[in-house]
Amino acid sequence: MDKEVAIKIGGEAGFGIKVSGLILGKTLFSAGFKVFGYSEYPSLIRGGHNTYQLNIAKNDVLSVTKKIDILVALNLETVELHKEELNSGAVIIFDGLKLDKSDFSGVNLVDLPLTDLAESAGGALTRNIVALGAVMNILGMDLQLFNQELEHEFGDKGAKVVTMDKKAAQLGYDYIKKFKIGAYLKKEDGSKAGDYIMTANEATAQGMIQAGCKLYVAYPMTPATSIMHILSAKQRAYDLVVHQTEDEISAIGTAIGAAAVGVRAATGTSGGGFALMVESLGLAAMTEIPLVIIESQRTAPATGLPTWTEQGDLQFMIRAAHGEFPRFIIAPGDAAEAFYMIQEAFNLAEKFQLPVIFLLDKLLSESDFMLGDIDPDKIKIKREGFINDDELEGMRDYKRYELTKNGISKRALPGQLAGVHVINSDEHDEYGYSTEASDMRTKMMDKRFKKLEQMMADMPEPQLYGQRNADLTIVAWGSVKGAVIDAMREVEDKRSVNFLHLTYIWPFPAKRVKKVLENAKNVLLVENNKTGQLGDLIRQETGFEIKNRFLKYDGRPFFREEIIKEIKKYI
Amino acid sequence: MAVASAAKFNTSISPTWCPGCGNYGIWAALKQALFELNLEPHQVLISYDIGCCGNGANFTRTYAFHSLHGRAIPPAVGAKLGNKNLAVIAVIGDGGAYGEGIQHLIHSARYNVDITVLVHNNQRFSLTTGQATATTPQKTVTLTTPFGEIKKPINPLLLSLDSGASFVARGFANDGKHLTELIKAAVNHKGFSHVDILQPCVSFNKENTNEWYQNVIYKLDSHKYKADDLIRAREKAEEFDKNGKMPIGIFYQAERQTYESQIPQLAGEPLYKKSLQGVNCLVKL
Repeated sequence: MDKEVAIKIGGEAGFGIKVSGLILGKTLFSAGFKVFGYSEYPSLIRGGHNTYQLNIAKNDVLSVTKKIDILVALNLETVELHKEELNSGAVIIFDGLKLDKSDFSGVNLVDLPLTDLAESAGGALTRNIVALGAVMNILGMDLQLFNQELEHEFGDKGAKVVTMDKKAAQLGYDYIKKFKIGAYLKKEDGSKAGDYIMTANEATAQGMIQAGCKLYVAYPMTPATSIMHILSAKQRAYDLVVHQTEDEISAIGTAIGAAAVGVRAATGTSGGGFALMVESLGLAAMTEIPLVIIESQRTAPATGLPTWTEQGDLQFMIRAAHGEFPRFIIAPGDAAEAFYMIQEAFNLAEKFQLPVIFLLDKLLSESDFMLGDIDPDKIKIKREGFINDDELEGMRDYKRYELTKNGISKRALPGQLAGVHVINSDEHDEYGYSTEASDMRTKMMDKRFKKLEQMMADMPEPQLYGQRNADLTIVAWGSVKGAVIDAMREVEDKRSVNFLHLTYIWPFPAKRVKKVLENAKNVLLVENNKTGQLGDLIRQETGFEIKNRFLKYDGRPFFREEIIKEIKKYI
Repeated sequence: MAVASAAKFNTSISPTWCPGCGNYGIWAALKQALFELNLEPHQVLISYDIGCCGNGANFTRTYAFHSLHGRAIPPAVGAKLGNKNLAVIAVIGDGGAYGEGIQHLIHSARYNVDITVLVHNNQRFSLTTGQATATTPQKTVTLTTPFGEIKKPINPLLLSLDSGASFVARGFANDGKHLTELIKAAVNHKGFSHVDILQPCVSFNKENTNEWYQNVIYKLDSHKYKADDLIRAREKAEEFDKNGKMPIGIFYQAERQTYESQIPQLAGEPLYKKSLQGVNCLVKL
């Protein structure tokens, strides 16, 4: 198969749409296809319109398309909302809806008695599985791997449930044969496309465990909450503690307290919760306590669109809290990057004794990415900056905030006999005692900022994807990565485009960005926000102004076609 | 190093509190209590609010976390989760405990984390020239209430009793011996302990003076008053509102499992010492 296939399942919230979609995704992934899963849902428990879209390809696929090939419509609303998205030759699977054929020229209308078949399989709840069985047939696959996936997903509910689901799948699979729709996919040899499918939140949570995070303190907030769910479920197996606090203020404060006694600790939230944490962000900075803060952005300001995506918080992260202090901001572009970078985040926080903000968004947090060739041992845990009891006791005079060349001073941990000191939110002297002396104030500010030089040296540089000398250079950060890379692949025969992707955004990698942009023939900024925050940052830090800005702020991610269309405007 | 007195809890810095400030009495009682509990400076972490009492971070030789206004409790909870071997105390004023950070008091009482919260309650924001706090009596004139405070004050003991605190006491700054015993009992208590400490502010509270307190205070007689009954504790906590008398002592103490003891991952070595290596958690499809 060369052509990519996009399948959308839509219906009311509570229909189990995401679970169904993921079963299909995992099946195809096991069969050797690459997949990307994207879900849309409103901030409701029941009712409202939910969709899950799966893009399937032989080659890499990292983004969602606007156009689809198969629409599984579990209700009429799904047809009405998504009929404009159908490619010619597309299939709609529905159950008994009165659709006017003249509205759907070039589209295969498949009226499949989902409920009837589900009931004959043993239960109306298997409706989705009937539909997926039919989809498997259209795709030209048999049900072997699909059945395996059903066992995997529902095995803990008992053999009866699995048998019922398998029957439902078979009924859907057989029923659709009479429609004689050509197979979309050539059956592959069955070698897996990779080892894992996971969201960036799952990858982040797993990376946190890998990094030795022993305390995660949080208050639930979409779309960051699933990190808390995952860690909560795994906490006993991996000897870490998840503590839910009364609010985000307490969450960050508690994490700081644990970090102060030597625990690798983190907190996580979305923009609104982060707003509450801002006060203590400065506390971590002033006391020089290592802290990892995960912020998964959603459409804002205020409550905004709670279950939709945006990249609106970058400048907020850079400037959050009163006063000036160094910090890291890391924004991975997909789940694999999230897995590695969150581990780096813990190492960096501890090495430099400061806050590290790990910036995700709804698109990353809740989309299903495939991960091939993940190496769990790639990032080593590096514990740095401590001082042992012997060293301490050999010292006449331990100074927690010693003025050092690189600004980093060794931490004695509460409990160590000879290290008693004040961890101080007041400006302080080298021992930690409060001071308002002008010279010490200046020295301590300089101490904290001295870390910047080494921070810059330790940060990986932004990656340039594609050839060096392209006609167009796209600049983006974080989650826009997938759509840009997929779009580039689709136009590469006729157009030369490269892509500068920023992940380690702060301190700002000005030298590298400036060099790439000044050598570029034409530059296009792509951001999922209203004001082009990275663009402004680039101008501030390099003096380079990007005039071509493609910005989107409707709560939706960039669909690949939109990027392709935009590229074509320039070359 | 080995000083056989409470003086080992002194730093080289002398207190900057006003002469006659109630903080001196509380400070002395705290140090004496730690000494009598056989604790060494490195075994204690005190998380301080800001303000007059928070300045104690510089004068008191233990590990200290000088936090933000209203935010002394969360780091104390984190420190206890991280290193259960530390004696963890939060030192807060009435502004930070019952105003700005009141949620942390309520919820850590509810969690029953094994920390001690000492509240220096002088009914004023004194470091900032004596504005009204959540415990300032009605009609009191301060810079922010020139026509008299309108709002009803909080009853701190009722608040923590109703929040589930397993140890609730009230002390008086200028009765050092009594207060020392209260602090010792609070630190020894397994679970969340709250000691509200009445404290004269010689600069900004001209109503609730040392003499005023001496007239209204009386000690709960441990032979007559048993601190094991929540309803009785509530009645005692309301006594001042009813008859103008103010009991001090332990109002309530109950055995309740601590939050930490119910988390199996916290058994054994303290959390900060647990091995970070050798984890491979990735789950294959």
